[in-house]
Amino acid sequence: MLENQTLAPSDGYVTADGRQIGGVMMDLRNITLRFGGVEAIKDISFDIREGEIRAIIGPNGAGKSSMLNVISGFYVPQEGEVWFNGAKRPPTKPYQVARQGIARTFQNIALFEGMSVLDNVMTGRLRQMSSGLFSQALWWGKAQTEEVENRAAVERIIDFLEIQSIRKTPVGRLPYGLKKRVELARALAAEPHLLLLDEPMAGMNVEEKEDMSRFILDVNDEFGTTIALIEHDMGVVMDLSDRVVVMDYGRKIGDGTPEEVRNNEAVIDAYLGVSHD
Amino acid sequence: MFYREAGDFKTSYVADSQTFPLKLDKVGFWVTMMVAWGVIPLVITDYWASALLVPFLIYAIAAIGLNILTGYCGQVSLGTGGFMAVGAYACYKLMTSFPDVNILVHILLSGGITAAVGTAFGLPSLRIKGFYLAVATLAAQFFLVWLFNKVSWFYNYSASGQINAPERLVAGFAVTGPASPAWAQYLVCLFFVTLCALIARNLTRGSVGRSWMAIRDMDIAAEIIGVNPLRAKLSAFAVSSFFVGIAGALFFAVYLGAVEVGEAFGIQKSFLVLFMIIIGGLGSIFGSFAGAAFLVLLPVALKIVGVDWLGWPTDLVAHFQLVIVGALIMFFLIKEPHGLAHIWGLAKEKLRRWPFPY
Amino acid sequence: MSADFLYGIEVLINGLMAGVLYALVALGFVLIYKASGIFNYAQGVMALFGALTLTGIMSGQVPFAHLINATFGTHIHNFGWNVPALGAIALTLVVMVCFAWMVQKFVFRHLVGQEPIILFMATIGLAYFLEGMGDLMWGSDIKKLDVGLPQGGSRWVEDITAGLGGDDFYGFFIDKLDMVATLVAAILVISLVMFSQYTKQGRAMRAVADDHQAALSVGISLNYIWILVWSLAGLVALVAGIMWGAKSGVQFSLSLIALKALPVLMLGGFTSIPGAIVGGLIIGVGEKLFEYLIGAPFLGGATENWFAYVLALIFLVFRPQGLFGEKIIERV
Repeated sequence: MLENQTLAPSDGYVTADGRQIGGVMMDLRNITLRFGGVEAIKDISFDIREGEIRAIIGPNGAGKSSMLNVISGFYVPQEGEVWFNGAKRPPTKPYQVARQGIARTFQNIALFEGMSVLDNVMTGRLRQMSSGLFSQALWWGKAQTEEVENRAAVERIIDFLEIQSIRKTPVGRLPYGLKKRVELARALAAEPHLLLLDEPMAGMNVEEKEDMSRFILDVNDEFGTTIALIEHDMGVVMDLSDRVVVMDYGRKIGDGTPEEVRNNEAVIDAYLGVSHD
Repeated sequence: MFYREAGDFKTSYVADSQTFPLKLDKVGFWVTMMVAWGVIPLVITDYWASALLVPFLIYAIAAIGLNILTGYCGQVSLGTGGFMAVGAYACYKLMTSFPDVNILVHILLSGGITAAVGTAFGLPSLRIKGFYLAVATLAAQFFLVWLFNKVSWFYNYSASGQINAPERLVAGFAVTGPASPAWAQYLVCLFFVTLCALIARNLTRGSVGRSWMAIRDMDIAAEIIGVNPLRAKLSAFAVSSFFVGIAGALFFAVYLGAVEVGEAFGIQKSFLVLFMIIIGGLGSIFGSFAGAAFLVLLPVALKIVGVDWLGWPTDLVAHFQLVIVGALIMFFLIKEPHGLAHIWGLAKEKLRRWPFPY
Repeated sequence: MSADFLYGIEVLINGLMAGVLYALVALGFVLIYKASGIFNYAQGVMALFGALTLTGIMSGQVPFAHLINATFGTHIHNFGWNVPALGAIALTLVVMVCFAWMVQKFVFRHLVGQEPIILFMATIGLAYFLEGMGDLMWGSDIKKLDVGLPQGGSRWVEDITAGLGGDDFYGFFIDKLDMVATLVAAILVISLVMFSQYTKQGRAMRAVADDHQAALSVGISLNYIWILVWSLAGLVALVAGIMWGAKSGVQFSLSLIALKALPVLMLGGFTSIPGAIVGGLIIGVGEKLFEYLIGAPFLGGATENWFAYVLALIFLVFRPQGLFGEKIIERV
């Protein structure tokens, strides 16, 4: 098992089921985030290792989504540092953060309702496409070949997530569960190093959750993508994640493997409760 | 039965992303092109040209331009009139300063100049959104009209403040000035319409177009997933102004021949083009054409009904025009906010299933 | 004190009063926007229509006279009676309320929940419609509006201030009409604020402005509130129409006031009544001062056409929510 204190940041290890976990990829140090007089995040530090699945849990209003927004560069913390791939990250615009290989999904679906599924997922490919305005205006050479190549890549993701039949449907018409899948596809299209998922299972029934869990595991397994996810379903969290961070009222109250966190007094008091067996 | 989608499989991504995937659509398009280029120039009369076809083509270009900015990228602009003025005055200065250069070049350059001006006025869009931006574009509109009125360099110090288009030839035929034949004016406009529609189509189906639509639909999410908002918005302003500038240059040089900035390019013009894209359909190139056709045709039709058939005085008919245009705007927005383009799309969908609707 | 400096003060005072009128028009916008999220571009045309209806009723005009004559070949123009000012105003108010009811029933009830830009464009359509309707009903020639308001420069003010600046200074020239307008506008604003804060209807209006669903769930009839709001906006428009119309005659350019109110709202924020007032004053003063100090001497004049917009634009770049608007915190 993993002992947080004894593993150096750059060392990797192999999990019980044979997955390779690497060194620290994203390191958040002493993050404090305020909105006017409200402190949403108070002096939180934790890290995310390459290749692992890290869960962020806690009651509503704990500041979990704000934490993801800090990682995305959308909120700039008043105090603290964000270290990415071993280097301190200066205040960076969100679109530049995306270009560095961090992709995400959103708690309330943030798809582009005016476009089809295919177009939505294609917007995730912006990192890989570089043809300029003039080239696209004339639709010659690089613009056209790039479009076809990226279309092929996007189709592979569409196959992976089994949404072929709806690829031309305008996103606004889709049911909630499918929208969530399309959002995941858009995030995957960026071929990210770090994938941030904000409550990917929200509003789903048992079968849909099983499907989504399978997809998340497959993404981590096949593509080696590091995943940080916010989730309320404890069963999912315990099953999927390698390590868990627990937040409450903007503070960190637990950090470790699922077993360690489950038995943590503070976490039980604040969030988990005790089961009546 | 005729208009079928079943059995029409595409075998490559290139084929899948073409403009007219269905065969009948493609055939229809090419027939229209042949008629437009081959038939109409032979039969066109002065009246048809000046009342209907030339203004339709010019407004179609302006509508495509505004649609790119407002319909695709979601940045509302009330400055279209002012930008058309930039195109017109740029063209005038170029024509009078470099009389030996071909007018087609001048028109393209006017578009380029307007693109630069439009990009500059588009800078506030990085901080200001929605309504506030619409009102900010009014600043552009009023300032530009004032500028072209006050600074006499723009109208070569003439006493009347009007600018007149000198005669220019393309391939030996006059396209501007009072002696130019209807078909020559028509063909010049058609040339630019085809060019602009082609560029617009290419841009809107590529990653630039998707960035625009992403900004329109949810600009924060767009930025988080990697869209550079500065580049997206400014490119929308630039491309849009390029088209609007060309429309303005054509409006002055080919259509009207002489222009006074307050009348020709005032706020009413901005509203007119905006109405065209609302009625035609936001975010649709076909819609830009439909809206332009509708709003060019409507006053002519009303005049024929009112003045010729009912014998009413022209001012009465003008009042009626206001009432009807206003009512139509409200009607379209209530019944079909996606405009004629959507109605056309629905009609085609019904036709696909005909005669077996279910 | 030099005469120039005093003239500057005069410009300032005139600017303040122009600002009060702008604020009045802007108020109409804020009312509707707060209650329904609609930015009513037609507010200016409503002022024009109100003024036209008023003059029409007062002089006994036959509505749609031009149309009837053209269709049937008749030559009727007037009923032959004259309605006194107060009665005519009351009747016009009734017309404005009917208009509010029709607009709500036929247009905006069907547009509930649409995006703001669609609503805005609907009001542009409404503006065109109403303008054409006004022309059809009452004719598009300029009309003189006389409801007994005093006109012309105030000799009293002139005489009092004449001594201030030496021999060259003839005293402040302040139009009596402007002074009355300022007074009326101030009264109207205060009553509107009191209405909104202290009455049951006012409270309901504020509830609707905050959250339509929540207001519905406590039993407030959205329909009723919207009709109320549009009627109030109609009242404000009518007052603005009377003031402007008495000053420069009832004509099409009255409807362009709406466009002037926009920079006022940009400065003050779209949802704030005090913001509309402060914004109006800033624009009124700013415009006149800029023209006096820089526009006329250096730029050839007529800068009032665009100065307000550029000022608002610059302001917005630094403070996108306006002076009093709520700070926009974007959440994802």
